[in-house]
Amino acid sequence: MIKQGILFLLPLIWIVIKIVIVLVPLLVAVAYLTLAERRVIGAIQVRIGPNRVGLWGFGQPIADAVKLFFKESISPTAASRKLFIFAPVISLAPALAAWAAIPFQSGWVLANINAGVLYILAMTSLGVYGILISGWASNSKYAFFGAMRSAAQVISYEIAMGFALVGVLMAAGSANFTQIVLHQHGGFWHWYWLPLLPLFVVYWISGIAETNRLPFDMAEGESEIVAGFHVEYSGMGFALFFLAEYANMILISALAALLFLGGWLSPFEGIPGLAFLFAWVPGIIWFVIKISMFLFLLIWIRATLPRYRYDQIMRLGWKVLIPVTLVWIVLLSIAILTHLPPWFN
Amino acid sequence: MFLEPYSLLFIVFAALLVFAAVMVVCSRNPVTSALYLVYAFFNAAILWMLLYAEFLSLVLIFVYVGAVMTLFLFVVMMLNIDVAVLRQGFVRYLPLGVLVLALMAGIMIVAIRPLHYVTSNSVSLMQANNIHSIGIALFDRQMVYPFELAGVLLLAAILSAIMLTHRGRPSRKVQDINAQLAASKADRLTIVNIPSKAAPGEEPSV
Amino acid sequence: MKKSAKSYTRSFLLWEIFVGLKLTLRYFFGEKITIQFPEEKTPLSPRFRGLHALRRYPNGEERCIACKLCEAVCPALAITIESEPREDGSRRTTRYDIDLFKCIYCGFCEESCPVDSIVETSLSHYHFEARGENIMTKPMLLAIGDRYENNIAKEKLADAPYR
Repeated sequence: MIKQGILFLLPLIWIVIKIVIVLVPLLVAVAYLTLAERRVIGAIQVRIGPNRVGLWGFGQPIADAVKLFFKESISPTAASRKLFIFAPVISLAPALAAWAAIPFQSGWVLANINAGVLYILAMTSLGVYGILISGWASNSKYAFFGAMRSAAQVISYEIAMGFALVGVLMAAGSANFTQIVLHQHGGFWHWYWLPLLPLFVVYWISGIAETNRLPFDMAEGESEIVAGFHVEYSGMGFALFFLAEYANMILISALAALLFLGGWLSPFEGIPGLAFLFAWVPGIIWFVIKISMFLFLLIWIRATLPRYRYDQIMRLGWKVLIPVTLVWIVLLSIAILTHLPPWFN
Repeated sequence: MFLEPYSLLFIVFAALLVFAAVMVVCSRNPVTSALYLVYAFFNAAILWMLLYAEFLSLVLIFVYVGAVMTLFLFVVMMLNIDVAVLRQGFVRYLPLGVLVLALMAGIMIVAIRPLHYVTSNSVSLMQANNIHSIGIALFDRQMVYPFELAGVLLLAAILSAIMLTHRGRPSRKVQDINAQLAASKADRLTIVNIPSKAAPGEEPSV
Repeated sequence: MKKSAKSYTRSFLLWEIFVGLKLTLRYFFGEKITIQFPEEKTPLSPRFRGLHALRRYPNGEERCIACKLCEAVCPALAITIESEPREDGSRRTTRYDIDLFKCIYCGFCEESCPVDSIVETSLSHYHFEARGENIMTKPMLLAIGDRYENNIAKEKLADAPYR
């Protein structure tokens, strides 16, 4: 019986170890993404950014974490206590859970499920509950405004994002991330960013909207509704919302890299000299480079564009992005049926 | 004695599902009720996942939890529902409710007995590609007409709902975003060159 | 206001956004104007109005003659002066307090002083740790004047041609 118990527990322990191996670097990346964002935005605004704590400011995320950890957690008197505490957790949990289906290299994946893309969509659609619940439970009108805006916005852009991903599924003929990446085999010009360029752009725009980042950060809207859904949060509650936002940023970037830029595939594939020269580079390095590129783009866009007006956001989502994806899906199916080379032969 | 892991998981999540369903009816706050409904959907999705119906399970989360319940919650939060009025007569109608419940449960037990289904072993289920088989079922000859018909019906329902409710008042003030976006510098700004000469002892007029 | 085909093409190609991104990227690589404070400091004008000081003549005699012009001119009523004749019969202050919480650093006291006694130095980094430390008394002001006399004299000299 003891042996049976061990046999039952061993795989479980192994799964937990694998989860830790994925999540710890992810959380470290989240911490340093906050620093990177501050430094990059600083540079764009002709400033330097935080460079005091440790070498080049590398201690800054740790200092911030310690500060937030020791701050008092205040909850408003008329708040719904349980939901108020629960909201940051439900905001962060899907952002981390989504990483189960992300492959880092061929075979390096926690759960190689067939419906990987759907799983990610399901998880990102859960993220809105954190915002919605926090806005309602705070019993504050600003938080409530933020929650309402965010709920409507996220649902609208989920549709555009879903359609953009449908295009990828059609092109690859699979919803499994590993399959999708392997279908893009053959070098830079074979990746899906080129045949699916409009879908790529739509995916990226709706990805920014899904993560509530500028120029679509209506849920926060510092200048109108102070900080939106998390006005009433302090200390760890606030930190969890922050972690969730940045984990979602990394997730959106990783998805973009997997679906449109060939994941862990080398960009020099098929080029005679360079392919041989870079053959030793492990796939995960390419993957991380691609994710970092997208993260930089996110921060760069944040530093460039002002916030949208609310009705413009809705108009963009429903009247521009969704029609664009629908048209391109029709064109894509024609291309697939006619086996258009070099992508669909 | 160890239970098989999957049976254990099934029992845990089935119990949570029943608990969440009961709490939907019993909780005092409509928002909490709606959130328990979300939780119930979530548990149902996990049960489907345990049946290897991963596509349906994820679609349940994606569509119901991610979109439908969000909108539902949206409305419930906006409305100020007085729960006390809604809960009047809970005890009075309880016997009837229990009767209906028993009837439903009986019908379901009779209708969904295992003998109505050809039980296939789980290994073949696991290997079958969910999305592929559902796609074949929906778009192959057997189901394509009902499926497309349902789609057209839903589209008609959407259009009629919008037509019935969307009555723009003529006095309504809305921004024409197309016009706003089409505006160019030349539409809004004219640069007039005014000579800066003024008569001596007189203020220069603009 | 019909949109032309050109503007449609531009908006679908995200033209304006790319122009904006190009601009911000240029600043990203551009030179930064941040001054890293403890190591680098912004240049100060010789007229900078910081912490106050009372000056002395080169022979060690304090300049202040208790005329109370500064007290009268002070718009924030931050200066309190009491005076008595000294043993040698000269008119001197017994008390010269400046409340730094009231002071608005307008520099009127310095302008009004007939003997250049009260001045505002270029010291801007000082702090209080306890209640009451905001009151600068006569010995404190004199001490500041003694310590920074070289600096003060240099600044007065630099500013003199413009007065």
